[in-house]
Amino acid sequence: MNIRHHVSDTLLAAYATGDLAEGWSLAVATHLSLCPECRKRLAKFEAVAADMMEALPAEADVSGSWDAMKARLAGSDAGVALPPEKTVSKPVASPVLPEPLRSYVGGDAKALKWKPLGRGAYQVQIPTRDEETTVRLLRIPAGRPVPEHSHGGRELTLVLAGSFSDEQGRFARGDLEEADEDLQHQPVAGSEEDCICLAVTDAPLRFSSRFLRIVQPILGI
Amino acid sequence: MSENPEDLARLMESVALRRDVAAFEVLFRHFGPKVKTYMLRQTRNPQLAEELMQETMMAVWNKASLFDAGRGNPSAWIFTIARNLFISAYRKQNRPEFDPNDPAFVPETIEPAEVVLQGLQEAESLRAALNELPDEQRELVSRSFFADVPHSALAAEYGLPLGTVKSRIRMALAKLRKSMEGGR
Repeated sequence: MNIRHHVSDTLLAAYATGDLAEGWSLAVATHLSLCPECRKRLAKFEAVAADMMEALPAEADVSGSWDAMKARLAGSDAGVALPPEKTVSKPVASPVLPEPLRSYVGGDAKALKWKPLGRGAYQVQIPTRDEETTVRLLRIPAGRPVPEHSHGGRELTLVLAGSFSDEQGRFARGDLEEADEDLQHQPVAGSEEDCICLAVTDAPLRFSSRFLRIVQPILGI
Repeated sequence: MSENPEDLARLMESVALRRDVAAFEVLFRHFGPKVKTYMLRQTRNPQLAEELMQETMMAVWNKASLFDAGRGNPSAWIFTIARNLFISAYRKQNRPEFDPNDPAFVPETIEPAEVVLQGLQEAESLRAALNELPDEQRELVSRSFFADVPHSALAAEYGLPLGTVKSRIRMALAKLRKSMEGGR
């Protein structure tokens, strides 16, 4: 796979330090499952974060802590050798949706209940436990435009099937686009197949067309 | 206590293979205070910080066999456990992570041993680069990502415009990034 659009340093560092809300993290983690290069960068950010933790001044009092810990260990398997871990491989063959996304939506792309958005586009909303983001899978018909829109905040789009192109370039499987309020873009799905992408936003999208602005709350986009 | 990374890795191995309580005590006394300080910074609640530290170290004990001693210093591994516990227990959110056993997972193409070695060298040069940053930049990066301080609060505290804080953090990350690329 040839991924050309990667996670930015800012996002990846925030993911590494645990500073990123669940919705954004889902897009980053799913990109990571497809991108060995970014996984290497992640390991480095985690090493740096661990160094920062090591460098914190030891202001915490842990004088009584070891006794409490020791008492807990006594009830565990102290002194008993562990059996080696087993890994279980899953039966699904080359799914469109990689983990952790597939478990979040409860199945691969074909098994989902897609809700029509109009103009041949479909979506599946994905619940998370953060209150900051809206997460959904979008399916845009091959060769068709996603309605032109700008953003009230940040938007992350991760392509999982097909492709789309906009002012920032062409995005195919594994590519991640980061957009903010300054970007007014008109993505068009590639003609090869329907484009399936994961879209995470932190504010409702603002459509340029008045009609779409009116129906937006009704469609729930 | 100041154990070097190789000693700490060896202690981890001893915990994993022999369930060695004495080895674990050394790890606990080394990492416990750091993890607790980290939790204290995040939660500002001493009792909760103590509980989360205990849970972290209990997980280190229980999952010791998952630590890969070839990766060197266990601090990064322990940090990720602490971070994930903080997210799930305190922020009540899930932590989405990639799954290397997933059939859709795209593996690394280079020989693993080579990658690990290269990764260690790059992490070293990244650490060096972090230490070479001007104090203010290092502090901004560290506090922005580590103490959950929003950019706007940092701007107010340092008396800097928000845009300047953002661009300094970006600049610091760009320098760190350059050091990773230069390390190859």
